[in-house]
Amino acid sequence: MWLFILRRVASTVPVMLIVAVVIFAMLRLTPGDPAVVIAGDQATAEQITRIRASLGLDLPIHEQFITWIVHILHGDLGTSIFTNMPVSTLIGQRLEPTLMLTLTTVIFSVSVAVPLGVWAAWRAGSWTDRLIMMFSVLGFSFPVFVLGYLLIYQFGLTLKWLPTQGYKSPFTDPLGFASTIVMPTITLGMIYIALVTRITRASVLEVLGEDYIRTARAKGQIERKVLFRHALKNAAVPIATIIGIGIALLIGGAVVTETVFNIPGLGRLVVDAILRRDYPIIQGLILVFSFTYIIINMLIDIAYTMLDPRIRY
Amino acid sequence: MTLSRRDILAGTAATAAAATLPAGAVKAQAKRNVLKVVPHANLQILDPIWTTGYISRNHGYMIYDTLFALDDNLKPQPQMVENLDVSSDRLKYTMTLRDGLAWHDGTDVTAEDCVASLQRWGKRDGMGQRLFAVTDKLEADGKKTITLTLKRPYGVVLDSIGKISSNVPFMMPKRVAETPADKQIEDTTGSGPFMFNKANWKPGNLAIYEKFKAYNPRKEAVSSAAGGKIAKVDRVEWYTMDANTAMNALMSGEIDYWEQVTPDLIDLVKKAPGVKVENLDPTGNMGWARFNHLVAPTNNPMVRQAIMKACNQEDFLKTAIGNPEYYKVCKSIYPCGTTYETDAGYVNQNVADAKTLLQQSGYKGEELVILQPTDHPVLNPFCQVMAEQLRAIGMNVKLQAMDWSTVLQRRASKDPTDKGGWNMFCTWWIGGDTVNPLTGVGFGATGEKGWFGWANDEQAVKLQDEFANAANPADAKKAATALQERLYANGHYVNMGMFFVPVGYRDNVRGMIRSPVQFFWNMEVV
Repeated sequence: MWLFILRRVASTVPVMLIVAVVIFAMLRLTPGDPAVVIAGDQATAEQITRIRASLGLDLPIHEQFITWIVHILHGDLGTSIFTNMPVSTLIGQRLEPTLMLTLTTVIFSVSVAVPLGVWAAWRAGSWTDRLIMMFSVLGFSFPVFVLGYLLIYQFGLTLKWLPTQGYKSPFTDPLGFASTIVMPTITLGMIYIALVTRITRASVLEVLGEDYIRTARAKGQIERKVLFRHALKNAAVPIATIIGIGIALLIGGAVVTETVFNIPGLGRLVVDAILRRDYPIIQGLILVFSFTYIIINMLIDIAYTMLDPRIRY
Repeated sequence: MTLSRRDILAGTAATAAAATLPAGAVKAQAKRNVLKVVPHANLQILDPIWTTGYISRNHGYMIYDTLFALDDNLKPQPQMVENLDVSSDRLKYTMTLRDGLAWHDGTDVTAEDCVASLQRWGKRDGMGQRLFAVTDKLEADGKKTITLTLKRPYGVVLDSIGKISSNVPFMMPKRVAETPADKQIEDTTGSGPFMFNKANWKPGNLAIYEKFKAYNPRKEAVSSAAGGKIAKVDRVEWYTMDANTAMNALMSGEIDYWEQVTPDLIDLVKKAPGVKVENLDPTGNMGWARFNHLVAPTNNPMVRQAIMKACNQEDFLKTAIGNPEYYKVCKSIYPCGTTYETDAGYVNQNVADAKTLLQQSGYKGEELVILQPTDHPVLNPFCQVMAEQLRAIGMNVKLQAMDWSTVLQRRASKDPTDKGGWNMFCTWWIGGDTVNPLTGVGFGATGEKGWFGWANDEQAVKLQDEFANAANPADAKKAATALQERLYANGHYVNMGMFFVPVGYRDNVRGMIRSPVQFFWNMEVV
């Protein structure tokens, strides 16, 4: 197992290097120039040239790349062209809201989706199953921002139960956190619930036809135990896979939810950086996202060995 | 005094009720000294001299002060300066600083600080460069006196030092102002009515300004950028958010003030209880379609004239803004309602004449490239209307869709259109930037050294100089009018009219200042 973990960690190095080269090249090929954004509308071409030189953007691309890579190897993700703040500080400022939103969304979604999926599988072909699957299709097809604005309209503006936007840290203001995170969690969780419900239903349905389930029922096990102890446990590998992939997607994919609810997370940071062509932030964030994906995938692989003793590395 | 049993019961009930008030209500009481604002953009750059971005300029006004400032009539008035003495030959300006001016770190503002600040500004700003070109000496004479000696009389010294929009000559401590002009400052110490809370700055989310309690405001009433800058709240918080989110936050009372209500949301915001929408900007914004004077077919003056004749200002404004309350047909290159407003030389729409002129110009259906920023709510429709109006006179228009950042980059290209070049792009200036022939960078016509589009017209440059050197207001007005005629005749740009972006605020916010620039002193939440 330890060898496996070491091997997986070592394999991140070439992956990260490829990601670094690709993202660096793509950004330099994309139209847009941070110097012109910084200079503002009234600046002349001469002023922009001076700013470009002061930022080192006039250097040959390979020189810029080498400088960046050397900094990365020293653990320095660079400095934002606009704010002059270290990229690591900016990521640090935005990490907590995104992690908290991801965490609440995963907890909420899994708590809703897994029982729903098991129930749908148990009642396969019935009206309950169809209703759950209909809800699942709706969850996939309903645009996130529409649901977000509908919730804001109802619970923020009409009933005035919840704030329409913002984020409070659970460490300084737990009640504020609870009130600001409810609507974003529901909004972001819808697609995730739909996804996990469908996978759970399919996996459990497959397992329910197995001999050991028939045996458990023949032994007189109550249905709840059959479903959750025997069926769900054996269907857990694909469910864990989809939950893991979902976590990785949520961290990078919460952009719309963060925008609608004004949550200062990583998603908004990357969008703002792209709009302004703040290269160091974009590069740094994509590296962080890639690293997160790799680590989460590794954790999923490790989880397999716990969920299914037959799996060994 | 005696208390009845009923009084005691009522008092007890009131106390109990207060104790059970929801947290939000208690917070609302404690919040009175905080003004929560959604500004027009995300504050990313803290150096208002390094960039011309309007959001950095507004940040500058929060924390810095100026020697002079424009009043309601756009006339320069002393701000940090107590006395001004101009020699009879108009060559020597002696400015004495007011008593009680201090930096946020508690040290005194000195003339040396101001000299260094002006020098740094003079390296970046167009008007500053012009002023320093005629400056013989700028020096500190003791702790409080600044002496500016000119090589020759210059008519707009105070208009330059007191200019209201980017780059504003903000005063900074000498140690900060000595930062090279091409490098961004890191120290945000100023002497303005608010202090920047840099430790809690979260770019893209929150910027906090604390009241500078030692600020010594002028005694005069506030008048645009001039007069007494009294901070009436302890703290101003700028939140960055998307337009729809800002609207919801304003309607629910989570923010107090939204600096720019986008045109498509004005009607919704207006209908919300407890919210007001108002235009506070007397000079509005001026819409421009800029020609590239270097690249065919717009390098041909007759083609540019034909395009100008094809355009109807009201069509642009109706499409992009919609509500006539927020736009104005304005034939002047200077904002209508300001000193130099004139209709002189304006090219009215005449489609038949435009077609004839286009034919005479030798235009043979060459592609005309317009850079279209699809992410901009006003400029995007401007470009679309422009394309339709030009197609109507038989031009082969290619609208190239892109985001605003890409427009900013692409417009720097001097290449032909088939190699990434362009012929026209739409933009806008705040009225404060175009109030006279020198404030508007776009009015310049110095060719390839000048602003994008690179108009080259010696006559226009001469008229700008005439304005700068005018000995009296009548001469200045004459030069400004002549410049407008010249710019229209030469097909400098298409004037797309004047539009206003209103502010939205809760009805308990008071003390807003009517000005081309957003200021937050004098404002309070009652």
